[in-house]
Amino acid sequence: MADPKAEPLLAISGLSVTFRIQTGTVEAVRGIDLDVRPGETLAIVGESGSGKSQTMMAAMGLLASNGSATGSIRYRGQELIGASPTTLNGIRGSRITMIFQEPMTSLDPLVRVGDQIALPLVHHGGLSKAAARAKAVDLLKLVRIPDPERRVTSFPHEMSGGQRQRVMIAMALAMKPDLLIADEPTTALDVTIQAEILALMADLKRELGMGLVFITHDLGLVRRIADRVAVMKNGEIVEVGDVAEVFARPEAEYTRMLLGAEPRGVKEPLADDAPVLLEAKDVTVDFALPAPFLRRRPIFTAVDRVSLTLRRGETIGVVGESGSGKSTLGRALLKLLPASGLVRFEDRALMPLTRDEMRPLRSSMQLVFQDPFGSLSPKLTVGEIVTEGLLVHRPDLSRADRDRAAAEALAEVELDPVSRNRYPHEFSGGQRQRIAIARAMILSPKLVVLDEPTSALDRSVQKAIVDLLRRMQAAKSLSYLFISHDLAVVRAMADKVIVMKDGRVVESGPRDAVFAAPTQDYTRRLLSAACLD
Amino acid sequence: MAEVKGRSLFDDAVARLLSNRAAVASMIFLAVMTAVCFIGPSFTGHPFDKVYPDYVKVGPSFEARPGLGEVEEAAGRIARRFRAKVEHFEMKAGEVEVALSSTQTIDPRIADYFNRADGFQNFRIAPSESAPKALKLVGEVKRLHFWFGTDGNGRDLLTRVLIGGRISILIGILATGVALLIGVSWGATAGFLGGRVDMVMMRIVDILYALPFIFFVILLVVFFGRNFVLMFVAVGAIEWLDMARIVRGQTLVIKQQEFVQAAEALGVGTAALIRRHIVPNTLGPVVVYVTLLVPKVILLESFLSFLGLGVQEPMTSWGVLISEGANNNRDLAYLLIFPALFLTSTLFALNFLGDGLRDALDPKDR
Repeated sequence: MADPKAEPLLAISGLSVTFRIQTGTVEAVRGIDLDVRPGETLAIVGESGSGKSQTMMAAMGLLASNGSATGSIRYRGQELIGASPTTLNGIRGSRITMIFQEPMTSLDPLVRVGDQIALPLVHHGGLSKAAARAKAVDLLKLVRIPDPERRVTSFPHEMSGGQRQRVMIAMALAMKPDLLIADEPTTALDVTIQAEILALMADLKRELGMGLVFITHDLGLVRRIADRVAVMKNGEIVEVGDVAEVFARPEAEYTRMLLGAEPRGVKEPLADDAPVLLEAKDVTVDFALPAPFLRRRPIFTAVDRVSLTLRRGETIGVVGESGSGKSTLGRALLKLLPASGLVRFEDRALMPLTRDEMRPLRSSMQLVFQDPFGSLSPKLTVGEIVTEGLLVHRPDLSRADRDRAAAEALAEVELDPVSRNRYPHEFSGGQRQRIAIARAMILSPKLVVLDEPTSALDRSVQKAIVDLLRRMQAAKSLSYLFISHDLAVVRAMADKVIVMKDGRVVESGPRDAVFAAPTQDYTRRLLSAACLD
Repeated sequence: MAEVKGRSLFDDAVARLLSNRAAVASMIFLAVMTAVCFIGPSFTGHPFDKVYPDYVKVGPSFEARPGLGEVEEAAGRIARRFRAKVEHFEMKAGEVEVALSSTQTIDPRIADYFNRADGFQNFRIAPSESAPKALKLVGEVKRLHFWFGTDGNGRDLLTRVLIGGRISILIGILATGVALLIGVSWGATAGFLGGRVDMVMMRIVDILYALPFIFFVILLVVFFGRNFVLMFVAVGAIEWLDMARIVRGQTLVIKQQEFVQAAEALGVGTAALIRRHIVPNTLGPVVVYVTLLVPKVILLESFLSFLGLGVQEPMTSWGVLISEGANNNRDLAYLLIFPALFLTSTLFALNFLGDGLRDALDPKDR
């Protein structure tokens, strides 16, 4: 634990960040004061748009070209705002370093990882290339990448997401910085890998005695890793304090709201005599990979003989890490992908149906996507998006009828119906997800496949969406196939849980049984990584 | 319930475009240029194909033709033929008085001789002041303005430049329209259907790419004769290839987007999917490409005309005029300078507009 009276490593006072845009200026950060002491972990928490990242970007002099910072940011007494690029370059990359959210795009794909790690060593440390190369191996060992002597010559695409994030950390640590800024370093990673990376960062911080600023939207992580926490909202700090203190006795209304935003409650249990809606047996999806020259195309099996039975009004939660085939399964069940096996929807076998024969059935089986920004066509108004299904399935409706239906559907998902002439980009993520749900629900489906519908949303919005989905399910006795990697949300939604790994079902059973007494090691790891309390 | 009107991405783009000064200036310039080319020829006072044999290759000038001295000289020439001599010459406001004297009787038919000459008209003998050996003629001189001078055949260059602009702009717009129509539908269909259909359709494009363009145009000209419409077809038929590739590339990206999959999950048919979801979303890059395609097509037309494969005399285009001007370059630079000035300024404006549109439609790139 850091000494509270020590000279702050980074002292931020009166910092404001503004961006010039077409219609004026936007204030992303509004006059905040914040100290980072040597050797402590400070977590900055906030929902998207709260200005938590921009605060640190300003400190690193990395604001976008239309942004400007005022106020003061001092590193060991040296002013960083308005400092010349030469001064800044002397500090960033060696004294203060940063790791980003997206390990896939933060590394140069054309440079071997060893050379990328060596770059700051040569540039800031003045080491020779050979010495830097040797140091790179040590650093890879430090971040616990297996077989570092061989890995040092790999290219980024040869490594997994977690390994790449480790490489990023190695690069950030190369110059033994005083302060490491981690901007959502684990958000893009699977939960089990997330846990490993967090443990690694905590260990390294202790070993090297550096300060750590951890920017995140996930309060669960904060409790695990941080000493102090600053809660940000709309560019202002609403609460700062020791982690234990803030979690036990939150002072600000907003903090209390964030803490209470974990989806709570469980679904009402299902009646025993509910009829079977969807039955799948040995569903398999194969993808042919690009053929090597003059060879047969290798086959990649994304979903391997998965069977499930979904009853009316039931929710099956499908859990797994990225690449486990859970999304592919959802699309295969709706016959949006070529698959083999047997799928019965009510009394009809789906597999032999052609695209045209499927069309009448489409209105009773719908899909909601993860990304509320990508799943709505940017050129159509919300009214047009919501009623598009009616154009196909109810061609008898007039324009006025459709408009009325759109207004009703939007009201049902608790959006203002007058907004139906607006375009998707004018809505927030949570509102967009409601629009996507309205689009699916307007056709009165019986089955809805929800593909990570809450993963791209802030916690407080997640809770509202989960509540909405549960309410709609109860009102219309819908069946959900709920795909998610987020176990907290799955627990709040599902009757049954299926755990998938590498395209296979490794465990399945009633929700409480799986969560309370997992039989598989993989499930246990998922559960412990998700740190449900 | 108050209706809320949404602000579409397109509205935003228009606002961004209007705040770009170079683009707005270019739009105004293009509007003026188009108006001048289409209306202007009726006001220059010369038909575009009228030949003035007396005014071949006269330079650009604000002075009216013929000039004062030339009129007097011409009068003197006619008078000498009748063995008379000009005693007095006076011109005011188009009215001319010529007093002639001779040692013999002057034939009164001399008035008709005057009228036959270029620029003189309504000449008659003023009987009151005329004696047989000293006639006084009264008449009008028609004086012409050639602001840009005349070409090698004695036709007014200003009118011809404007008429040429008409053709060049028309070809630019129509050929681009042809390319747009074929290219967008071809590219979107190929990209969306994918697989074998995509492969066959794009290989057709590749094969057409491999045909040498000039060879293709010569073939067309040989088979169908030189024809104005053929120019649109030829240029459009070549330029859609690029458009198809651009649209196909865009389509491949858009096809992966979740809103397309969502529409598929709703059961929307292929044609409606392409029409409602794919094509509108390719529009940004397409619009930009179109503004850059128009100048390209104008240049291509100029190039064909330069080679003599373009429009036919007496009709003209900027390319033809530049070609003629280039042949006379040494002694008569203005024949080249005026059409070249019009062409390049239009191309500049189109390119600025294209740049402005790209910035407006794709603000991420900035």
